[in-house]
Amino acid sequence: MSEDPRWLDGNALGGLLQELFGAEMTGAPHTCQSCGTESPVAAHRLYLGAGTVLRCPVCDQIALVAVALRDRHMVHLTGAWRIEMPRV
Amino acid sequence: MAPARIAWRLAAVKDVLVETPRAKTLVLDVPGWPGHVAGQHVDVRLTAEDGYQAQRSYSIASAPENEKLALTVERLEDGEVSPYLTDELGPGDELELRGPIGGYFAWRSEDGGPLLLVAGGSGLVPLMAMVRHRAANSSTVDTRLLVSARSSEEVLYRDELARLAAGDGLAVHQTFTREPPAGWSGFARRVDADVLGQVGPAPSQRPRIFICGPTAFVERAADLLVGLGHDTAAIHLERFGPTGG
Repeated sequence: MSEDPRWLDGNALGGLLQELFGAEMTGAPHTCQSCGTESPVAAHRLYLGAGTVLRCPVCDQIALVAVALRDRHMVHLTGAWRIEMPRV
Repeated sequence: MAPARIAWRLAAVKDVLVETPRAKTLVLDVPGWPGHVAGQHVDVRLTAEDGYQAQRSYSIASAPENEKLALTVERLEDGEVSPYLTDELGPGDELELRGPIGGYFAWRSEDGGPLLLVAGGSGLVPLMAMVRHRAANSSTVDTRLLVSARSSEEVLYRDELARLAAGDGLAVHQTFTREPPAGWSGFARRVDADVLGQVGPAPSQRPRIFICGPTAFVERAADLLVGLGHDTAAIHLERFGPTGG
């Protein structure tokens, strides 16, 4: 289907975010550093390639860049993220 | 709440069901599985002998009430993972996965309705988990399911949907974009505003909306629903595409 855009959405990032932050975060709001729009992580655009890039659905500003190396993840976050997790 | 730590687990393939010419359902036994919510997915990881790994997300097709976990996988011709899952795996094989994942694209029967579920092709999988969950709880929540497929042969869970549609409060609509069955009098075109208007519910009923399918399909359906006056905050989207194969 050549008409299909080559991007997915933040739902597909749920596993990595849970690994990184120990919490379900696809429903968590992220506020864009550039345009200020607050939207759930799941509603962001996700580009998968050699690394992972999450972008604001309104202005395309980068919200997250993640690269999986052999022994670690390298993650760059921008804007405001909210993390909620159960207390231990 | 999902448990904080997410671990890779080895699932045992118990059965493989042929759903359509291109899709199969893997029925899995997952030791230590913590349970899931309808709409959630898992990450599947394949590791080659040289250590190379490929990872993809697959929606859970089974209801939380089902004893075994079921994933329905559509084979993508040039996919890196799906051909292995649909063509190579068989009963007795093992599969590495982690989950359940997600909370945004999820529905519990106590969340209520009315519900509007819109599926493009194999985007039906997580929506089927919701329909099965609804049935397992004898829920009568007003539910409209719209399935868009190229032909009748490509509709997943055909017989089960026909059975469930006879029950209380569930309406199953289909539209065929390429080859409608002979004598078909229903929708035979791409999803448009008229189709969505006929399927309903009306925006005034404030339905919870879940749309899953290829990115272009989801974008279009969401735009149409907003155009009809539905609240963007009530519209939940999940997209998949070639980079997800």
